Amino acid sequence: MRSIWVLTRRELTSYFDSLTAYVMIVMFLGLSGFFTWLSANNIFVIGQADLQVFFGISYWTLFFFIPAITMRTLSEEKRSGTIELLSTKAVTDWQIVSGKFLGSLLLVVVALACTIPYYITVTRLGNVDHGAIIGGYFGLILMSAMYISIGIFASSLTNNQIVAFLLALLIGIFFHILFEIMASGSTGLIGNVLDYLSVRTHFESLSRGVFDTRDLIYFASFILAGLVLSETMLSKRNWHN
Amino acid sequence: MAIVVENLTKKYGDQKAVDNISFEVRTGEVVGFLGPNGAGKSTTMKMITCYMAPTEGKIFLEGLDVDKNPEEIKKRIGYLPENNPLYTEMAVIDYLRFCAEIQGVEKEKISERIHEMVDVCGLGLEKHKRIGELSKGYRQRVGLAQAMIHDPEVLILDEPTTGLDPNQIIEIRKLIKELGKEKTVILSSHILSEVEATCDRILIINRGKIVADGTSETLRGQAQGREMLKVQIEASNGADKEAVKKALLGLASVETVKELEEKENYFLIQNKPEASSKKEIFDLCVKNKWYLLELTGIETKLEDVFRELTN
Repeated sequence: MRSIWVLTRRELTSYFDSLTAYVMIVMFLGLSGFFTWLSANNIFVIGQADLQVFFGISYWTLFFFIPAITMRTLSEEKRSGTIELLSTKAVTDWQIVSGKFLGSLLLVVVALACTIPYYITVTRLGNVDHGAIIGGYFGLILMSAMYISIGIFASSLTNNQIVAFLLALLIGIFFHILFEIMASGSTGLIGNVLDYLSVRTHFESLSRGVFDTRDLIYFASFILAGLVLSETMLSKRNWHN
Repeated sequence: MAIVVENLTKKYGDQKAVDNISFEVRTGEVVGFLGPNGAGKSTTMKMITCYMAPTEGKIFLEGLDVDKNPEEIKKRIGYLPENNPLYTEMAVIDYLRFCAEIQGVEKEKISERIHEMVDVCGLGLEKHKRIGELSKGYRQRVGLAQAMIHDPEVLILDEPTTGLDPNQIIEIRKLIKELGKEKTVILSSHILSEVEATCDRILIINRGKIVADGTSETLRGQAQGREMLKVQIEASNGADKEAVKKALLGLASVETVKELEEKENYFLIQNKPEASSKKEIFDLCVKNKWYLLELTGIETKLEDVFRELTN
């Protein structure tokens, strides 16, 4: 555990040392703030004291930002050769991947924590469904975790950051919107399966304040799958043939 | 910590980078891997440090199988990879702290270890700079510092002195010799004088195979078991060059005599294996009342050994 924490901390500091963190947080707050409070469709126009607008816009901004955060995680280590240094330290590949994952996730959590003033503001505006807001934040965190996991996997496939970025978007877009579109055009079992695979299905039920184990299992299994695949890619050099 | 390598093979596709090599390194020995580029030195090191698994063969550190106990082994090894990759965006001192923490150095000892490494590697003035701002020589020192930060029993250094200026090279060599008194050190190089200056033992590797193994003296001896001499003789009593040459060839221990152009009556003599002709030449001169102006032994250089074995 201590090793994972050391790796996580290094990862997080490297985001803050390299401006990535600041750019990402400022852009995230700028975009979500604009759409939540200022755009044509803002909270005051809708007239409801909730954060649905914010969750709706974060659903998309995070989708694009996360591959930008995760693209360098493993690809840069491979390109510069530091992966050799890291793998020969007293850590397992599993700890390396977990450290990267937690570092990126913490950055997203920091960005989301910066929007807590939004929450405080809406509680002053009217009666707020606290369950829905907590569920929405929770949903955003789980969705981010899933895309981070996919992003790290994409990064483990290549030593080119741009390729990793695009690959993460490509895999992500299926879960983000394509399965949903496909599901709406099909019926029966296929429709159900596609619907279950779509992130929106699970995110929306969470952001209504409904905590269903099926949603948790959905996110947990994709997070785990991404991490396992990344670990496999990393330990491939260690196979005997 | 003793290192035992048994029948190690590493294939990249069809190509064998390391081809069935076996050797042992005893505790406290400084061993140099010497070989041309692409000989398999780095690959062997990568396998010992648990970065890559061998295709076949086993490596044991103090009886522990590297394949089965990588966590334990990695704690006890310090590794400086080829090209010295580093996190360039980190400050030197932060990077050393990170390495110490990740190698499991006890919390209370971390600061002390960092200070020691900064001192030993001469990083005092640079410790707060970002690694990316450092010159190549200083980066190399950071690389060495990170390899030694957890006081490992084994040090594996892949080309430790590349990019250093001559003063730094001498310092680093001194440091390696110092470390070698209590630690097991394997270093690689293609600079012969370096290996000769720092190592107790040399393994010459070529095309994935060990072609020679021994101290620099034994290697020189192996490659050239014959003594070579340069001789200049002034034959005052009227004997010409040919006569002198003939007389030299007549000696029991002399194999060949070659005329050299630089000076008058100047010869290059190669002796028969394990024989010395120095005394005989002297006696010959005394007998014929010639003057022996020069009698120099030519030392076989490690360069010659290397060239002979790797070509």
